[in-house]
Amino acid sequence: MADEDTRLVSMLESIPYARFLGIKAELAGDEMTAVLPFAQHIVGNPMLPAIHGGVLGAFMEMTALAQLSVAAPMKRQPRTIDVSIEYLRSGRPLTTYARATIKKLGRRIANVHVEAWQETRSAPIATLRGLFLVAPSEE
Amino acid sequence: MIATAMNEGSPQARALGFSTLEIGEATAILKVPYRPEIVGDPETGVIAGGVVTTLLDHASGQAVHAALTAWVSIATLDLRIDYMRAAEPGLDVFARAHCYKLTRSVAFVRAVAYDRDPNDPVAAAQATFMLDSSAGKKPGANLKPPRDAGAKTGGVD
Repeated sequence: MADEDTRLVSMLESIPYARFLGIKAELAGDEMTAVLPFAQHIVGNPMLPAIHGGVLGAFMEMTALAQLSVAAPMKRQPRTIDVSIEYLRSGRPLTTYARATIKKLGRRIANVHVEAWQETRSAPIATLRGLFLVAPSEE
Repeated sequence: MIATAMNEGSPQARALGFSTLEIGEATAILKVPYRPEIVGDPETGVIAGGVVTTLLDHASGQAVHAALTAWVSIATLDLRIDYMRAAEPGLDVFARAHCYKLTRSVAFVRAVAYDRDPNDPVAAAQATFMLDSSAGKKPGANLKPPRDAGAKTGGVD
């Protein structure tokens, strides 16, 4: 298994809250797709039903953290400075996917954009932009 | 009443153990109890940022309902959160939200999350909500396939 793969798997397995939500990830080269399988306990609005907006935010934040762990070995887990989440469509009772793009990975700050979708990649259900305080290992 | 329904009736709120401590004219105070399952950094035992996100979103929604005179469906349009410091491991986290402006279609909310003192917040949030977001949508609307992919649908609660 490649280093990136090992880092990603151990990161997701070590975070209790990622396990609580059931988040998984697939890696193809350096491209990672995070997967949030639908489960009853992630529903926010039971009438529609729709996935809780907070869960979608949490999932996209975790996707950003996972993508950072793939991009470079870190001395410690990146700390979230701020996030800005936009909700575009309601989260239907389906599997949700997310991909993160690292716009900049500096010595201290990383800027990451994330998009989450369900059936149609071109119709995202939510997006997140986040800033993270990072501590890349010096190699 | 709406607050209780929003905690008991929302599977994610129930899974995280949310409770509403106070509802004011346009305010709400919610609590999430500390549990090892919701930790984000196993090295420090600090509660995950995502849990705070969900608590702030949920508290903001209840503040909107507190500000409204009649029940209408609402959906978060956007949510911006500043994480000022890590929550203290082992402590419950609270969120206080205030809906400071209502228009016909949109509600504006500010909220803070804290563990000991609201004046020393863990995180601060600014959110907007769409009002009457489920207009014309029947219960179970999301169980049916969308009319066409990428079609306009409602927001997220």
